[in-house]
Amino acid sequence: MTVAVTSDSTLGAGRPGEPAFGFGHRSRGRALRNQLARVVMWAAFLLALLPLAWILWTVVSRGGELVLHSTWWTNSQRGITSRLTGGGAVHAIQGTLIQGLVTAVIAAPIGVMTAIYLVEFGRGRLAKAVSFMVDILTGIPSIVAALFIYAVWVTTLGFQRVAFAVSLALVLLMIPVVVRSTEEMLKLVPNELREGAFALGVPKWKTIVRVVLPTAFSGIITGILLGLARIMGETAPLLILGPYTPNIATNLFGGFMATLPTMINTNRVESLQPALDRTWASALTLILLILLLNLAGRGFARFGRLKT
Amino acid sequence: MPSITGVSAVDELPGPEGRGPALKDHAAGTGRLGDRLFGGAARGAGVLVISLVTLIAVFLLSQALPALVKNKANFLTSSEWTVGGDSPRFGIANLAWVTISSSVIAMAIAVPVGVCVALFITQYSPAWLSRPAAALIDLLAAVPSIIYGIWGAFVFGPHITGFQNLLNTYLGWLPFFGNDTDGVDSSGTIFFIGIVLSIMVLPIVTALSREVFAQTPITHREGALALGATKWEMIRTAVLPFGKPGVISASMLGLGRALGETVAVLIIVSSLPGGSEWSWSLFNGGETFASKIANNAAEFDSAQKTGAFVAAGLVLFVLTFIVNAIARVVIERRKAFSE
Repeated sequence: MTVAVTSDSTLGAGRPGEPAFGFGHRSRGRALRNQLARVVMWAAFLLALLPLAWILWTVVSRGGELVLHSTWWTNSQRGITSRLTGGGAVHAIQGTLIQGLVTAVIAAPIGVMTAIYLVEFGRGRLAKAVSFMVDILTGIPSIVAALFIYAVWVTTLGFQRVAFAVSLALVLLMIPVVVRSTEEMLKLVPNELREGAFALGVPKWKTIVRVVLPTAFSGIITGILLGLARIMGETAPLLILGPYTPNIATNLFGGFMATLPTMINTNRVESLQPALDRTWASALTLILLILLLNLAGRGFARFGRLKT
Repeated sequence: MPSITGVSAVDELPGPEGRGPALKDHAAGTGRLGDRLFGGAARGAGVLVISLVTLIAVFLLSQALPALVKNKANFLTSSEWTVGGDSPRFGIANLAWVTISSSVIAMAIAVPVGVCVALFITQYSPAWLSRPAAALIDLLAAVPSIIYGIWGAFVFGPHITGFQNLLNTYLGWLPFFGNDTDGVDSSGTIFFIGIVLSIMVLPIVTALSREVFAQTPITHREGALALGATKWEMIRTAVLPFGKPGVISASMLGLGRALGETVAVLIIVSSLPGGSEWSWSLFNGGETFASKIANNAAEFDSAQKTGAFVAAGLVLFVLTFIVNAIARVVIERRKAFSE
């Protein structure tokens, strides 16, 4: 990515009297514009960092105190009204993790198999259609995915709004992330490995399971972790399918289950300070969780980078 | 590194002997039971993905149609929203206006800034900075939208009203910056959500633009420099034209995200009371397709009411489908040319 030739030498293209090439004399105007462009690029980058720093600072400074309390990690919000300070987020953390895990268990196999199909088997129109649909799925707004699951789960099948339905909506959002990253990793597996296995008479499926997938393993895990990081912060499906409860709940198919996004959403509308503190503390917890997943994903990617 | 944009940098790399993995000998499948089962499972997963998208369209359509048939108002041009009762009257004109105008503001900010950031990362940044810089910008995409929402509403919002007043004072003769409600002193405006959306969309625009800019053939760049171009002229004549389809694609993906954003809009924009006058002002509140649906999730108690909201969701689905399909087609055509 480094530019091999730097253009910052002050040598002009043409001295007076010489024929001007494509870009003419290096006038002061051109040099000025060049400098201006450099300044603008730097400014754009710093401008883009500003909201990131501001958001992180806000969340840490407003939510940090509560998160450092040990009760935050051990208690739920049971019996805590918006007047009372403290309480914990363990119910919400647990709910987010449970729903994320269930989502990953469903979405990861589908995503990985789809990627295997696209890279190892796919040819012709079906593969093109699958690839196109993955792109469409990438762009589907989470609220539409939630509305679809609502239409199937509640309106058509007549079930209640439960945690499992949320997971189903999140599956739709996670599949494309897993497919794309796994696809990328499978493409990086050198063909010689496959050919070597084929030459030894290993069937294609065994080649994929025993040679290709282990080689790409860490990359696939990275994709799954990044997919998880994406869906754990999703709020729209929760608003439609997963009402909040201040209690610890682990039943996927009955009753309400709290999650960090709905905890934020419930507390943000309160006007009393203890509830607002909890809003920021749960926001910080959510960011930490997602950051952790991102770091783990990147760590895996670095740890298992293919040596070709 | 997997990209959030779904466009693979590897697509451009030739495999061993110039052949990608997808071109390898197909005869390796032996027709044995294991191969048939495994191949079938892989194909099944692919078909499942296709059928999921199809099912989304079918289900949304089937639930929206009965409500649309009963609808007494024009669905596309009315801005009423009464979904209960025997003669429901609902239309999406207002939702479409708020959705599209906020997304346009977001793109007007995010595309230029995003492209500049991508140029910075690929062309200007010192070598040691370019990877961390890219990671930091990607981090913006990892922040959940609900956090953008509360940050926008509680922290950033109060700072924007002064700017809104400024625009209103000097450009108030334009209908967009007019003030026919008392919205200027509130941060729950279309204008402000446009700014917040632009921050959320920026990493998407940057990520894909960055990938295509980095792929500019070195011969193009060196050719421009050898002709005496300054660095900026080299970028303008070599990098930008080469990356243009990528930038268009990236903008479309970003637009898709902005159109469908739910929670940040829900938290930040103040919804208007029913029966409000139509207004072109950007300093007004309102609801987008997504926030309308999320705001009224509690109202999904009858098939007819749900159907009305599903109809709004269907329009959003079609909008994002078109936008994403354009993104895909543009980048595919570029691939065809650059090979």
